[in-house]
Amino acid sequence: MSFFERVGLSRAQSADDAKERLKLVLIHDRAGLSPGKLEALKDDLIRVIEKHIAIDTQEVEITLTRDRDRQRLVADIPIRSIKDRR
Amino acid sequence: MSAKVVTITSGKGGVGKTTATANLAVALAQNHDRVVSIDADIGLRNLDVVMGLENRIVYDIVDVIEGRCKLRQAMIRDKRFENLYLIPAAQTRDKTAVSPKDMVKLCDELRTDFDWILVDSPAGIERGFRNAIAPADVVLILTNPEVSAVRDADRIIGLIEAEEKGPGILVINRVKPAMVKRGDMLSTEDIVDVLAIDLIGIVPEDESVLVASNQGRAAVLDEKSKAGHAFRNIARRLNGEQVPFDELDEKDGFFDRILKIGRSGGDT
Repeated sequence: MSFFERVGLSRAQSADDAKERLKLVLIHDRAGLSPGKLEALKDDLIRVIEKHIAIDTQEVEITLTRDRDRQRLVADIPIRSIKDRR
Repeated sequence: MSAKVVTITSGKGGVGKTTATANLAVALAQNHDRVVSIDADIGLRNLDVVMGLENRIVYDIVDVIEGRCKLRQAMIRDKRFENLYLIPAAQTRDKTAVSPKDMVKLCDELRTDFDWILVDSPAGIERGFRNAIAPADVVLILTNPEVSAVRDADRIIGLIEAEEKGPGILVINRVKPAMVKRGDMLSTEDIVDVLAIDLIGIVPEDESVLVASNQGRAAVLDEKSKAGHAFRNIARRLNGEQVPFDELDEKDGFFDRILKIGRSGGDT
């Protein structure tokens, strides 16, 4: 470790980037769902839900998560309030 | 006694499977165990050159499977250890010349005469890989501290679990302690955390591995080789011994060296 790194003047450490990228890529690998496919799923989901209820399509978030040994698809779909709809 | 079949695999190519197989084979043979290593990389024979036995090959694994020779005739005895043998891969055939069933049968024939059967798997997840893991009692998954290699290791873990050979045990190869220390290389903890399987070895990047392989001998024969030491430790752990993991330390900066002198005593 150089003097500059030791006193905190060095660049961000690439191992952290590696770990973050690895975690993300493995979440998609393990689910067999690429980020592109997830995006397509989101579009389909929005289309179906919109038939039944007014939602804020810009704010919809679909994410893959992992807790213990189970993967989950988590959808956060904000419903437009009655006030907005008027 | 019946042999334990240990398959060394990785998914990604070039992480050091063949070198690891050769070193583990020699390390186990050093303990006076009877060891046979099998090169399952049909078409890309290499374990023979790493072990320095390339000039002795007459028959290969496909000759055995297709009945052109007896099993014993294809087994090449090591130059240094009379309790260590190699069954080489065929060079002019491809992976389809062997089936997973053939591998199981071959290893079953060897089991009674050996303590360890090490299978060097080819890279990839296709037929050659499936051949290599079919007879396995234990699967060693070798990886490097790189996003691509760890990603492939994760895929392999899934596949060997699906084959009910899982979850496998992890060997992290080519670790550069100085890079880990300055935060520019995935650490052992990072990798174990992400893959969530048991760890059996951490092997530092070490020039002595290439020097040894240039000469067709294993780095474990070199008492001073750090990688050789790590492979000997893996062999001991395979034998059920509790061996603590080494602190990987090298090429520390100026400050670290001062701190170390202060701390006294070198660690190995």
